[in-house]
Amino acid sequence: MRKVYSKIESIAGNVITVSAEGVRYGELAEVSSRHGRSLAEVIRLKEDKVSLQVFAGSRGISTGDEVRFLGHPMRVSFSDNLLGRIFDGSGRPRDGGTELVENLIEIGGPSVNPAKRIIPRKMVRTGIPMIDLFNSLVESQKLPIFSVSGEPYNPLLARIAMQAEVDIIILGGMGLKYDDYLFFKDTLEQGGALSRSIFFVHTASDPIVECLLVPDISLAVAERFALKGKRVLVLLTDMTNFADALKEIAITMEQVPSNRGYPGDLYSQLAARYEKAVDFEGAGSITILGVTTMPGDDVTHPIPDNTGYITEGQYYLRNGRIEPFGSLSRLKQMVNKDTRADHRALMDAMIKLYAAYKESLEKKSMGFRMSEWDNKLLKYGAIFEKEMMDLSVNIPLEQALDNGWRILAECFTKEETGLRSDLIAKFWPVK
Amino acid sequence: MTETKGRVVGVNGNMVTVAFDGLVTMNEVAYVGVGEKKLKSEVIRIRGNLADLQVFEITRGIGVKDPVYFTGELLSVRLGPGLLQQIYDGLQNPLPELAEKCGFFLERGVYLSPLSETKLWSFTPTVKVGDVVQRGDTVGTVPEGIFKHRIMVPFNFLDTYTVKSILPPGDYRITDTVAELEDSKGNKHPITMSFEWPVKRPITAYAERLRPDKPMVTKIRIIDTFIPVALGGTYCIPGPFGAGKTVLQQVTSRNAEVDIVIIAACGERAGEVVDTLKEFPLLIDPRTGRTLMERTVIICNTSSMPVAARESSVYTAVTIAEYYRQMGLHVLLLADSTSRWAQAMREMSGRLEEIPGEEAFPAYLESVIASFYERAGIVRLKDGSIGSVTIGGTVSPAGGNFEEPVTQATLKVVGAFHGLSRERSDARKYPAIHPLESWSKYKGSVNKEMTEYGREILFRGNDVAQMMKVVGEEGTSLEDYIVYLKSEFLDDVYLQQDSFDPVDSAVPTERQRYTYNLIFEVLSSIFSLESKEEARKYFNQLRQKFRDWNGTEWESEEFTGKEQEIRTLIGEKKKGTEERALEILKKVSGS
Repeated sequence: MRKVYSKIESIAGNVITVSAEGVRYGELAEVSSRHGRSLAEVIRLKEDKVSLQVFAGSRGISTGDEVRFLGHPMRVSFSDNLLGRIFDGSGRPRDGGTELVENLIEIGGPSVNPAKRIIPRKMVRTGIPMIDLFNSLVESQKLPIFSVSGEPYNPLLARIAMQAEVDIIILGGMGLKYDDYLFFKDTLEQGGALSRSIFFVHTASDPIVECLLVPDISLAVAERFALKGKRVLVLLTDMTNFADALKEIAITMEQVPSNRGYPGDLYSQLAARYEKAVDFEGAGSITILGVTTMPGDDVTHPIPDNTGYITEGQYYLRNGRIEPFGSLSRLKQMVNKDTRADHRALMDAMIKLYAAYKESLEKKSMGFRMSEWDNKLLKYGAIFEKEMMDLSVNIPLEQALDNGWRILAECFTKEETGLRSDLIAKFWPVK
Repeated sequence: MTETKGRVVGVNGNMVTVAFDGLVTMNEVAYVGVGEKKLKSEVIRIRGNLADLQVFEITRGIGVKDPVYFTGELLSVRLGPGLLQQIYDGLQNPLPELAEKCGFFLERGVYLSPLSETKLWSFTPTVKVGDVVQRGDTVGTVPEGIFKHRIMVPFNFLDTYTVKSILPPGDYRITDTVAELEDSKGNKHPITMSFEWPVKRPITAYAERLRPDKPMVTKIRIIDTFIPVALGGTYCIPGPFGAGKTVLQQVTSRNAEVDIVIIAACGERAGEVVDTLKEFPLLIDPRTGRTLMERTVIICNTSSMPVAARESSVYTAVTIAEYYRQMGLHVLLLADSTSRWAQAMREMSGRLEEIPGEEAFPAYLESVIASFYERAGIVRLKDGSIGSVTIGGTVSPAGGNFEEPVTQATLKVVGAFHGLSRERSDARKYPAIHPLESWSKYKGSVNKEMTEYGREILFRGNDVAQMMKVVGEEGTSLEDYIVYLKSEFLDDVYLQQDSFDPVDSAVPTERQRYTYNLIFEVLSSIFSLESKEEARKYFNQLRQKFRDWNGTEWESEEFTGKEQEIRTLIGEKKKGTEERALEILKKVSGS
């Protein structure tokens, strides 16, 4: 039995300090107060003074409360029993089920050796043309959805989760509204995907420290499943809440802020999580799809900015649609050469024409006269937005490609598309 | 290990405070014992009997009273044959060997020998008993791939030495004593094929530093012609995310006309390193006929690896670069990205509770960046041969704003600035280097006045384009409109390259000069064009033909044919040459 300390010397923010011996950095402790028990993590050692971050927050903790050190860092149970279950940020069941204690694994483990990574090569099909056709998602990719509050990013995530061909879905919810949490639960339940899903959900009303644990706990579990050969999709929503939690804690710890109050290690902190996306040679993979809401729709804000430097592209979700401009999947070249011969060429041609449509639209709104070509583009743009960009469109890639050709044929002559003649000969629809 | 005893008294992130009794050296390496493992760290501050250490590993599990062992040595790299083709982490741990030993993950506290101690190298002595040598002098050579790797008197041998013994030609290990040297006091020093050198001290065992005036050819037209880099020079590539910094570095690492390329992947995506790791062993270097890997060293500390080692990774890289420079080789060091390195400094500075400078970067940021870039240079060695280290660093400015401290500190010390722009990369213009904002202080391979003329057209064309946005095409004069078309033409067919085209993706100097002469003719010609419509059509034709020409094999039949077509097309409409251009041409042909 480990020693219990019952004299808390200082309480500031969510950090308490006790005098204790034989404590190790990163170790967990259990704090018992009148309001219940909470885990706490050692975040600073200074001689015999031990600073702990209390997961449930310090509200209601008295200086006489008990602190018992557990002798191990933060761990989570790992087994197939996790499937279909819902937990909170510190791994306690949220669904009324039993607490899992077998086979505990540490979270926030070391980085993958770059020499053991392989070049990604498998596409993740989602049934959304703006993703499959124009910016293919690739297994082991890390990709955020850049959006603003109010956009339907959570329904989009839920849909991708339902349709993506993966073995296991792990949802890491940070600062989720309770409604959104229920939405995810209901959607996956109705779609029959709950049995292959695991939720780690921190809702907006939960203690802020637990928000910080969500990505680590989700990714630690994902890593173990991937090592067992599973293809895991990790959904992290919303990483902006995670970064804001980091900021809040850094400020209470009196760290020097670097940019708009965020700690100087924001980049490293985000990278440590996103870089967990990996394709293990001879085993499974982890694909990370995150949501980053941009405060004030400003992509230069520290959170989306640092994220953009880490991730392999981004999807811009605006006005309920994935924007073709700005959205980018850096890994799409790895897969879209092997899907169908016309994939790359059609993708480029359609985007170029859509860009031209945008120009015509601008000209039109400025009152310039529309040429015949402009009118063709206007027609094309309207169909493109309806049949390709609308998020309710749900078709496999091959059908999306066929639709693409049909749309082109409806609006343009063969020469106007700028596509190579051999492709036109093969794919141009015959009426 | 020294006699000094230390005990941990505090842990804060990756900083550990240690109480010691005995002597401690600033920046010496110490090991923190935790359980069975010893974690490498570096002394970064000493106050009274307390030393602050930055630990190069995850600090989880360290407790107060854990033992600390001091080595008395500064953070060093091991230099010797076998560095080429290696993939190291920031502390010169070989990653593939580490993977063999530990599997998928980077286990902490495991340090392997950076160079193989069992491999045999075929040694040829170049000195004989009785010869007098100094630091940096060659005592023998071993072949390392296509290079003659010089076995040198270690750079920290500051005396003058007499060779007492030297091994005959034969196969030896790097740990074998190859020679014995006697200093002026009569002490004997055995030397092997490898030795250690502290990473933060520049290697200066050369005769003199020269002015960098020979261009380093990257085969990227916009760089070589307009914003060149010199052998032994420095340049930086700042740009927002997604503008193509890393792609540009990768292309440069493939095509640059240098002997050795050292890639320091510092705090960036692991996936990008993997591309290089897996592709380089398969790509053939046209200059040598061997794989690119044979001229490459990769130092890789990606974003999720421990932050403190990120800082040391750029120093490890530059030290290895300087070592090969001592062999009379031209070395290119590509650091991606120096911002991450600066951020690592910022994190540590924050933990040390130093007074922060701008954006919380430490006050010494500028001097540290300056002294890093100053380690580039072209030098004449004692034996007369010339070697160089060229440093190219990317910068990842927050929000793509070049006003931030790291970009500004870097701009002060580099010789060339290749600024990437989001607009150009969004418009799928490759490379996305902004031709108007970028600059270079070095001499390029194309005549300066001719390129200045081209730049002026770009500036004027840009002005016209801005104006046209307001007044429309109708409100622009035909003369201005042609300037605009000329600038677009220059951008389309010369500044941009087709990265997928095997010919156009890498253009040698000779061809650049040749092509630019013809471009210059177009830019300086006065054309008889009657209307904007006609002008646009004409330039479209020119553009198409030039693009096709860019794709033809140098000096092939097709090449001459296309060139003839272009010359005919120019001849059809040309009615004269601008006077300033004539003057330039006169000067060029005169010189």
